[in-house]
Amino acid sequence: MAAFSEQDFLSTANEMKEVESARVIVGITREEKNAQLVERIFRLLCLSAAFLPLLILAFLVGNTVISGLERIDLDFLTGFPSRFASKAGILPALIGTFYLMLLTTIIALPLGVASAIYLEEYAKDTWFKSLIELNVTNLAGVPSIIFGLLGLELFVRALGLGPSLVAGALTLSLLILPVMITATREALKTVPKNLREAGLALGGTKLSVTLRVVLPLAMSQIITGAILSIARAIGESAPIIVIGAATYLAFLPNGLLSEFSALPLQIFQWVERPQADFVENASGAIVVLLAILAIFNLSAAWLRHHKEKSRGSL
Amino acid sequence: MTQATASTMTTHNLSVRYGKHLAVDQVSLSIHSGQVTAIIGPSGCGKSTFIRCLNRMHDFIAGVEVDGQILLDGVDIYGPSVDPVSIRRRVGMVFQKPNPFPHMSIMQNVLSGFAFTRKRTSKSKEEIAEIALKNAALFDEVKDRLNAPSGALSGGQQQRLCIARALAMEPEVLLLDEPCSALDPISTARIEDLIHTLRTNYAIVIVTHNMQQAARVSQVTAYFLSGKLIEVDETRKLFTNPADQRTEDYITGKFG
Repeated sequence: MAAFSEQDFLSTANEMKEVESARVIVGITREEKNAQLVERIFRLLCLSAAFLPLLILAFLVGNTVISGLERIDLDFLTGFPSRFASKAGILPALIGTFYLMLLTTIIALPLGVASAIYLEEYAKDTWFKSLIELNVTNLAGVPSIIFGLLGLELFVRALGLGPSLVAGALTLSLLILPVMITATREALKTVPKNLREAGLALGGTKLSVTLRVVLPLAMSQIITGAILSIARAIGESAPIIVIGAATYLAFLPNGLLSEFSALPLQIFQWVERPQADFVENASGAIVVLLAILAIFNLSAAWLRHHKEKSRGSL
Repeated sequence: MTQATASTMTTHNLSVRYGKHLAVDQVSLSIHSGQVTAIIGPSGCGKSTFIRCLNRMHDFIAGVEVDGQILLDGVDIYGPSVDPVSIRRRVGMVFQKPNPFPHMSIMQNVLSGFAFTRKRTSKSKEEIAEIALKNAALFDEVKDRLNAPSGALSGGQQQRLCIARALAMEPEVLLLDEPCSALDPISTARIEDLIHTLRTNYAIVIVTHNMQQAARVSQVTAYFLSGKLIEVDETRKLFTNPADQRTEDYITGKFG
């Protein structure tokens, strides 16, 4: 083993110095510095773009929530509408929204899931399937007030249901069906093809494989989609106003054909009143509606999270 | 291995078209019970397409046209009065990638065929599951956790679970479509051992990319090239003394 001589050591040290100075020269040029600066400014711009709407939203919601929370008490939640703002309550609207939600789910969920199963599992690639797909996509973009007009003509007048709960639920079902169908199709698409094949190769029929493999695996995502679409439906006011739902209801809806009110409608009506007290009532109702929507969205998020944890990777 | 057993499944001039592309071209081949028939050939030679005809898995894919005859115990499985579902109950299939149902336990996976078909049986569920898992050489590894999710198993165990699932339906023919291509060598060896023991009770067809595997597990080997059946013979003969030059080129590694 040759000893490490002083000469060697010195030359190595020199080399290292050279390398170091080379690095300084190569270092960061002015162009690179400029590029870094531009990068930083761009990132800051994007960040503030993301924050601005959040700030505005926080300000608006914050204002409403502060004045709304003051108004909410048991009498407000369990009271009926009144000419006096301080005596008015939201019970008919709250119950109306609850029934609407229930009925819309009962109508739209089976229809939406069945349509999606047809399109995703059964339909062959023909012009007929393309036609349905085109319609579903287009319907999703139709303004909700148009659905309201359709509901007014078809359910309220032609079918003679009147401005009733069931007419409202049918109208809202039409409104959310395209979203429900699309969400369910996306859910069905996440089930790998090889699992369908496995079921079919075991002698399963398409029906049994759909019921026992595809639907169970897609279920939590289907329900997530359904919750989000129902949340959209109960926040809608335009279609409900158009079909002529009541804003001043001194009784609770007591059947499918009963007249009804709903929270968005109650809010709309109170906001229109000139008296400041009624606007405060509107804030209270908004807080209740927001709370319901928040519960919906949170449960959807929880379901999605839960699914990812329990199912792992497919 | 020269004794002539009655053939379980026979194809006559079987052709498959995807649109205009001819994927399988006039193949006539017999599959015998008690034997493993290996199908080898380069990628895209039609071997997978061929075995997917044997249990009518092409029915679900649009634009696939199957011509010719496939006889199962003398009955054409593509005949007009035949229910494809009943064919799939008699001809089991195991796929390339292990595909146990992720939302079911080990036990439920083994019994899933019964859930799909409502097939009647005199045995208890536990009995069926135990027999199928033993036949698939998996029972000892999972007997203490039959209710665990199937995802808890290793890849090789999952593939044996898929074999158990197919065996539970008591098929006559077992189709294995590259069953080891997603597995490590140890798991592959276990599956090959399993194929050896299963051979006595079933007609087994295995598609494989791996010529050594074909040589190890099969008694009869068929060589496919561009959709045509080039040569079929006893495995030992086909690998040592092939009759066709193209077979020799392939097995000696000149291409493919």
